[in-house]
Amino acid sequence: MKQSSAGPARAGATRAAGRIGVLAVLVLAALYSLLPVWWLVVSATKSSSDLFSSNGFWFAGRIEIVRNVSTLLGVQDGIYGRWLLNSLLYAVGGALAATLLSAMAGYVLAKYTFRGREAVFNTVLGAILIPAPLFALPLYLMFSATHIVNTFWAVFIPSIVSPFGVYLSRIYAAAAVPDELLEAGRIDGAGEFRIFRSIALRVLQPSLVTIFLFQFVTIWTNYLLPSLMLANDRLQPVTVGLVAWKEQRGQTVPYNLIITGALLSVIPIVVMFLLLQRYWKAGLTSGSVK
Amino acid sequence: MHPAPTTPTTAAPVRSHEERTGPAPAPSGPTPAPAPRGRAVDWRRWTPLGFLLPFGTLFLITFVAPICYALHQSLFKLHRSGLGLTPPSTVFTGLSNYADALADGAFTSSVVRVLLIGAVQVPLMLGLALLLALLLDARRTPGKRFFRLAFFLPYAIPGVIGGLMWSFLYQPDVSPIADALAGIGLHVDFTSDSWLPWSVGNILTWGWTGYNMIVIHSALKAIPDELTEAAALDGCTGWRLAWHVKIPLVRPALLMTTVFSIIGTAQLYNEPVVMKAVAPNLSSSWTPIMAAQNEVAANNYHAAATRSVLLALVIFVLSFGFMRFVNKRGAAL
Repeated sequence: MKQSSAGPARAGATRAAGRIGVLAVLVLAALYSLLPVWWLVVSATKSSSDLFSSNGFWFAGRIEIVRNVSTLLGVQDGIYGRWLLNSLLYAVGGALAATLLSAMAGYVLAKYTFRGREAVFNTVLGAILIPAPLFALPLYLMFSATHIVNTFWAVFIPSIVSPFGVYLSRIYAAAAVPDELLEAGRIDGAGEFRIFRSIALRVLQPSLVTIFLFQFVTIWTNYLLPSLMLANDRLQPVTVGLVAWKEQRGQTVPYNLIITGALLSVIPIVVMFLLLQRYWKAGLTSGSVK
Repeated sequence: MHPAPTTPTTAAPVRSHEERTGPAPAPSGPTPAPAPRGRAVDWRRWTPLGFLLPFGTLFLITFVAPICYALHQSLFKLHRSGLGLTPPSTVFTGLSNYADALADGAFTSSVVRVLLIGAVQVPLMLGLALLLALLLDARRTPGKRFFRLAFFLPYAIPGVIGGLMWSFLYQPDVSPIADALAGIGLHVDFTSDSWLPWSVGNILTWGWTGYNMIVIHSALKAIPDELTEAAALDGCTGWRLAWHVKIPLVRPALLMTTVFSIIGTAQLYNEPVVMKAVAPNLSSSWTPIMAAQNEVAANNYHAAATRSVLLALVIFVLSFGFMRFVNKRGAAL
């Protein structure tokens, strides 16, 4: 390493100042990112009156989180638990189905040559660039004309279509599934679907996890589609339910319970994020579509 | 490039569109490549169709059909007779819905509003994301893992829940931020008309900076070490290294995050809808999607379809325009 022309002492001083500056920026940005989440955690431990009277960023005298959770689960015949289950059902079921369908389509687009292949793939690419919320309203109009609205399927069917998943699995299959392996399977007399199931799916596993995660989060966080499609609150996912409570301005359900509900609803997702970071990054950087 | 829609049922003049790419898993014709080998060949030829069918069918139902349906609906109007004694009839009205939508001040100003919010918020957010990515990429930065995770955490929180949190943080009677500001003599109402665009922009910045930072940071990490070391040997370090070497090399990532941020802002919905709970003055057509949904609520399905199509066109023009701009400069997606 070459030393720059300035005296070593002065260079050291500016470097130290620079490092303090860098650290200050990072700490400020971290505070900006974390404080609202901290507020959520702290507020979920407060009683309704403490929520208004105590400092928002610190605990009040009593920690009421257990009581808040048990009250929350009892409100309106336990509808909050029902919402969580709905979210789980939409997200797990939808993401599983979406992953399988995407893997099949992406695999075929990568490994078979057939007429119209590029056209199909370009159509899928185009669909990635047009955000899903844009389709929610026309889909609602169409579903309402065919009387599918306000059913489980109105939310579930759109959830299992993931153009991004197809894109991701095509890229991954093209790179990771060797033709020789498929040929070997064919020589052994395996059918095409058997080859897909026992060879391709195994090789594609990491990308399947990525697709599953992305679709899980997309469905879990979706608000526009279910809020349009579902009038029946027993079918709604947790996002729609919580916003509806908030709209009633604390009259039916007090604020501290809404906050507790919000905290509970983000725990599954945050835990998934933390556990599966490397899959997230793989998905984010190989296409970066929400 | 685009699921170009055609209206299947009407003879109506369809708005100009690009080539129609067969979106369906069209029955594959004779396969050119594989060598014919007995009767297995016939099956092999249909395999792609079998694999594509489940996704293709659902894709048609949930992506292509709604577009066609919305285009179709946008060309009709519900005609009610003067006294309302007979059931309303659907009348073909050509593009008059579009004329109405463009003359609807609430709708056009919602489009302008999100464009203005995006014009301020997107550069701010991406600037911050780039700065943080560069700092995390610098060799001597301490606590990289912690900071990266901290910045990324808001992205893990669903947009609508993030909106819910911030709506409490803005709400005058609960807000610890307003409290703290009042403590130093500043009285701010984050839910007032003049503050709303900033308040919503802040929720977006909070939620998406970390996401963009990760994308840019990954691009930075892909820069070969030899390159930065060579630059460092030439005396190019710190900010000069960032400006002259690193930033030009991550331009594709920057352009990509820009495109997706533009698209994201144009479809703004969750945050303002949640904010409505604390800001009653926030109009029900504050953003284009809200405006379209407003028409649904009023049972004006044709008007809603028209607004959806117009918004899709705006996003199409913005994103594909940007894509072409990017591609012209030789940066890949």
